[in-house]
Amino acid sequence: MCQPALMRALVFAQRLKDLAVLRRVRDRIDREYAAPLDVEALARGVNMAAAQLSRQFRLAFGTSPHTYLTARRVERAMTILHRTDRTDLGVDEVRGMVGWTTPETFGTRFAEVVGVAPDACGGEAGRHGTATAAAGPVQTAAVAGDAAAAPAAASPTAPSSVAGQRTTPVRNKEAPAGEPQLA
Amino acid sequence: MDITIHASVLPHDDPDASMAFYRDALGFEVRSDVGTGKMRWITVGPPGQPSTSLLLAPPAADPGVTEEERRTVAEMMAKGTYGWILLAAQDLDGTFAKVRATDAEVVQEPTDQPYGIRDCAFRDPAGNLVRIQQLP
Repeated sequence: MCQPALMRALVFAQRLKDLAVLRRVRDRIDREYAAPLDVEALARGVNMAAAQLSRQFRLAFGTSPHTYLTARRVERAMTILHRTDRTDLGVDEVRGMVGWTTPETFGTRFAEVVGVAPDACGGEAGRHGTATAAAGPVQTAAVAGDAAAAPAAASPTAPSSVAGQRTTPVRNKEAPAGEPQLA
Repeated sequence: MDITIHASVLPHDDPDASMAFYRDALGFEVRSDVGTGKMRWITVGPPGQPSTSLLLAPPAADPGVTEEERRTVAEMMAKGTYGWILLAAQDLDGTFAKVRATDAEVVQEPTDQPYGIRDCAFRDPAGNLVRIQQLP
């Protein structure tokens, strides 16, 4: 008579295991974004097909793994480009540092997420120009889209209004699984 | 006023696994361990700092939590979007190396954040995010 309850418990236990797998995929993106990582590799790591991983990841986190990885890389690239002690680094070097392997797509995708081109971020003009006013630290935190990285919680000096906000790339908001541009 | 922040609370799923993480990976001491089964309340904390503790507690143990809410909490813990805590260390990179050597799940290598701090992050066995930042 308790079979239905047992079945429900087993199904739910499996659901929690599946979610934990997705958590490890997301953690891997945070940990290894600078490596030549793509959705295929992420899927292989957990014995799933890329399309299946993309679908389940989006159901769990509200964004595809590709979009999450892209946002993470752009966020890190922007952070490096804003560093005043690393003005020696060119855009292409920064692109390589965040694991972006296709030069032709970097500027476009960066601009979609940040609102300005990567070469507008560094240097005097970039730091003080109107173009970067929208791409300052506030936007950086929002791009991260990671509540745990929310600056309001991590730093008393950061504005609290950005905590937990999420910004996704405009064009790629509904990135299908296996999209060719897996940077 | 003489109020201290005495204990912060994080949920556990497997009490022994969580206790082992905070004791063996982070080097905390176990100060008390109450209850049985999954209903355990385990107090841990850094040696030499008896006034600050971390309580590892069963999630959603309050009887006023509905079954649906309990499921949601369990799902969020599994996803890694529920509990988190912010710790700090004098030597972040040395601490990171020591914790990583225990096979703890690394979420983020030591990184300079755009909001002015340097931190790293681990995942505890219950799915909580454990951030550790460099003390100034």
